[in-house]
Amino acid sequence: MMARKRVVLSILKIAAVCAALVLFFLLLAWGQEHWDAYTVRILNLCGIYIGITLGLNLCNGFTGQFSLGIAGFMAVGAYTTALLTMAPAIKQAVYFIEPLIYPLNSIQWGFLPSLLMAAIVSGIVGFLVGAPAIRFRGDYLAITTLGFAEIIRVLFTNIVPITNGALGLKGIPPHTNLVWSWGFALVCVAVMARLMRSGFGRALKAIRDDEIAAEAMGVNLFSHKCLAFVVSAMMAGVGGGLLGNLITTIDPNMFRFPLTFTVLMMAVLGGLGSITGTVISAALVTVAMEALRALEEPRVIFGLALPGIPGMRMVVFSVALMMVILFFPKGFMGDRELSLDRAKSLATRLRRANTSRQG
Amino acid sequence: MTMEIFLQNMANGITLGSLYALLAIGYTMVYGILRLINFAHGEIFMISTYFAFYGTAIFALPWQISFLIAIVLTALLGVVIERAAYRPLRDAPRISALISAIGVSFLMANLGLVIFGGRPKTFYRPPIFQTPIELGGVRVVALFFVIPALTAILLVALNYIVYKTKTGLAMRAAQWDFDTARLMGVDVDRAISITFAIGSALAAVGGIMWGLRFAEINPNMGLFPGLKCFIAAVFGGIGNISGAVLGGFILGFGEIMLVAFLPGLAGYRDAFAFILLILILLVRPTGLLGDKQRVKI
Amino acid sequence: MRLHRRLMTALLCLILVSLCGITAAQRETEIRIGVYEPMTGAMAAGGQMTYEGIQLAQEQRPTVLGLPVRVILVDNRSDKVESATAVTRLIQKDKVCAIIGSYGSALSMSGGPVAQAAKVPVMGCSPTNPLVTLGNDYYFRACFIDPFQGRVMAQFAYEKLGARTAAIIQDIAQDYAVGLANFFKQAFTEMTGNPKSIVAFTSYQTGDRDYTAQLTYVANAKPDVVFAPGYYADAAVLITQARSLGLKMPFLGGDTFEAPEFTQIGGKNVEGVYFSTHYSADAPVTPASEKFVALYKAKYKIAPNTFAALGYDCYNLVLDAIERAGSSNPVAIRDAMAKTRNFVGATGIITLDANGDATKSAVVLVVRDGEFKLVDVVHPR
Repeated sequence: MMARKRVVLSILKIAAVCAALVLFFLLLAWGQEHWDAYTVRILNLCGIYIGITLGLNLCNGFTGQFSLGIAGFMAVGAYTTALLTMAPAIKQAVYFIEPLIYPLNSIQWGFLPSLLMAAIVSGIVGFLVGAPAIRFRGDYLAITTLGFAEIIRVLFTNIVPITNGALGLKGIPPHTNLVWSWGFALVCVAVMARLMRSGFGRALKAIRDDEIAAEAMGVNLFSHKCLAFVVSAMMAGVGGGLLGNLITTIDPNMFRFPLTFTVLMMAVLGGLGSITGTVISAALVTVAMEALRALEEPRVIFGLALPGIPGMRMVVFSVALMMVILFFPKGFMGDRELSLDRAKSLATRLRRANTSRQG
Repeated sequence: MTMEIFLQNMANGITLGSLYALLAIGYTMVYGILRLINFAHGEIFMISTYFAFYGTAIFALPWQISFLIAIVLTALLGVVIERAAYRPLRDAPRISALISAIGVSFLMANLGLVIFGGRPKTFYRPPIFQTPIELGGVRVVALFFVIPALTAILLVALNYIVYKTKTGLAMRAAQWDFDTARLMGVDVDRAISITFAIGSALAAVGGIMWGLRFAEINPNMGLFPGLKCFIAAVFGGIGNISGAVLGGFILGFGEIMLVAFLPGLAGYRDAFAFILLILILLVRPTGLLGDKQRVKI
Repeated sequence: MRLHRRLMTALLCLILVSLCGITAAQRETEIRIGVYEPMTGAMAAGGQMTYEGIQLAQEQRPTVLGLPVRVILVDNRSDKVESATAVTRLIQKDKVCAIIGSYGSALSMSGGPVAQAAKVPVMGCSPTNPLVTLGNDYYFRACFIDPFQGRVMAQFAYEKLGARTAAIIQDIAQDYAVGLANFFKQAFTEMTGNPKSIVAFTSYQTGDRDYTAQLTYVANAKPDVVFAPGYYADAAVLITQARSLGLKMPFLGGDTFEAPEFTQIGGKNVEGVYFSTHYSADAPVTPASEKFVALYKAKYKIAPNTFAALGYDCYNLVLDAIERAGSSNPVAIRDAMAKTRNFVGATGIITLDANGDATKSAVVLVVRDGEFKLVDVVHPR
């Protein structure tokens, strides 16, 4: 009797989740057409950054391997997707210094296979970078991965027959829409949530908390760290691909250290090690980046005309990052999660407190 | 390649290498004591050039005084940064301190942009340093002799401070273990503050030499010289002052010779330092002159 | 500590709430023109110079069609992603009817498709990369493009300086410099008929400060001239080092050399450097140039630069199109803009061709006594 009830309940639960997802994507598909382009663009960026930040968090937060190479993996993914989705005629026009090499110059793939390819390619690059790099600890790993990202950028600047060098690519088809970007975000959330509940995820956390103890318990450090690194690179790669197809043009200078800094900031503000924290923080920072433009506009306060100060936004963000790291070292969520169960238990506790007070 | 050109490139390498060396010393001292990449070192270096610039340009001070004031102010800035951003995190996980360092670096670069403006400024260059000198077909300016000489003097002075004075003893004790040092009666906070003051003053000396050499300063100039000099310090053996000088010279020579022998690959030059870093870490993680690293468990 | 945290939380919340409360008031009784320029980041100098010109033009001509003009500036932080967002913001939130920008072709290329999709015309001030207007009928520009500029300098080197060999040092990280180097090379080898007339070809990256190795290599090749396209700060440092290494041949560059900082940083080392640009205060091509030079000097107390002049022209080109369209309808403005013929601007007579690019003459300037002096005018064929 109990068992059957439980089965029914879990089926109902799954159905409810599916229905919610369907509704959510229907809403997004509708919004893509009906909301104004500014809102849509910011929401798109939110979705993409959520995915990328989760990827960074998998490596930096959950596994404790502080990597600063995210911009490089994004570049790999963005170029892979762009080269596969661009129309051959546009490629011919864009590569006006040196033609694009065969067979890239004649192929055009759909968006999904291109993104999958981006995931594969950036995963491979992630492995090539990660395998040597994860032997280093702490800040050495940070600076090595930063170095790899910089090497990738320098390569992309120089290999003109493939990347068109500094001239960049233009006319990438604008495939990215709300369904794609939020689909990506949801897939990343699902992957992360699944990973973290598995033995693999627990092993990663063990590595973060104490590498030596984890190794003593039989966790294979190399393969675990490496896999975390590769999955993280794949998320960044797909995110980069979505970003490229959102703004329809990319060049190597996009993928410099400040981009990594932005993603890192999102992860730190939300809490290194919290999925929900990352989601909230990535979305908030993306929105705030626009909202804080108010600081840079000239305006009048109490009859005092203040000139606009360009650059104030980034000062505010840097200050926010400093404050969070100094006063809330674990970010706003730490490594806790926001979930229905948690809300429920909180509600019960509150109710109990209430009744006991009344009683 | 003729002999003359080779010698000219040697001279180029010495000039660049001694600049890197000068900056790497500051990096290595701070890393040695805190085991923390002071990401902000590059920005401290950037701000020092602006101190010197405003001293001569706005307050119309003679350059000697202006440079001296810039060095003192920068040393103070370093101490303040350590107090505000690093000290509260001394017992926190290393990653928190690293994030804090990156945060300080970005904060200073962005503040610099707002306060100094994004357009580059021209650093005052006393003509005495620019006197052209020709030695057997090799052309250099007087600065060519000043920077290496300064590096050599600082190398000797710092080795003296670290190994022969009481302060140096405290610094080395703190480097070993904060708690034990404290038990032995060492004022660890003071030792760290002094290290930051010296490290930042060195960044200022490097910044001023940079300004004298290249004439142009801007708020974004800190990050990459900073990273390259960190790499130089790692290459030589982090925490080792002579190693930092050696690493700086090797990096400078390497960059010059890469372009000299393979001018077609000049576009890859900025990757050179990072490739060097990865290679040395794989082959000899402690650097050329570094001693075996202790892992604290 | 706890109190600390609560205070911090309260403070952060307060900031967020107050920011959300701020919304721009919008009235329908004005013509809104958007500007997206790099006011911060690596290209800040160019954006700031351009915006000075736009402000000057607005002061001169604050109304059109009897309505006041409001210029709304949005910083794109020299960042491609921000650039696209900035244009979206201008169109959706500020509801501008036309847009001006952006310094840096890469930034223009990401803003362009957004404007095209929304059917709002953009007038670019100085993006000279041919790709900017390619396939985008809502993007126009007041400047010539790199193939022309590269040819101008090659022709100048070949004919006026009598050069038969040249070396190129390009900033490989900038699309602008890579394009120019390529077109210079093409035109120069074509003119000399000698495929080996480019005797040395090497690169650096934006922000590098030591160029001695590249320059030693170039010195060894003994070229008649050195073409060094790149941004003014890098170029000034490069040429300074070249002189101290004893390179005496003329250095050539493009329009990005034209900034007061170029001569400030380079000092007497950049004397005798030639570069192509859009106009010269020396030889006012039109009555509009004379007026612009006088106004600029009165307002900013220094001689104007190309980017300010182009910003000034862009503003007037947009207003001219609005006037001819007779409405603030973006599509009507776009159609009027496409028909711009013989517009008398500060930087010359501007006629837009089928691609939306300005066909106009280029001038070659030389640095003499710390000032930019006219040496040659090259007309388009």
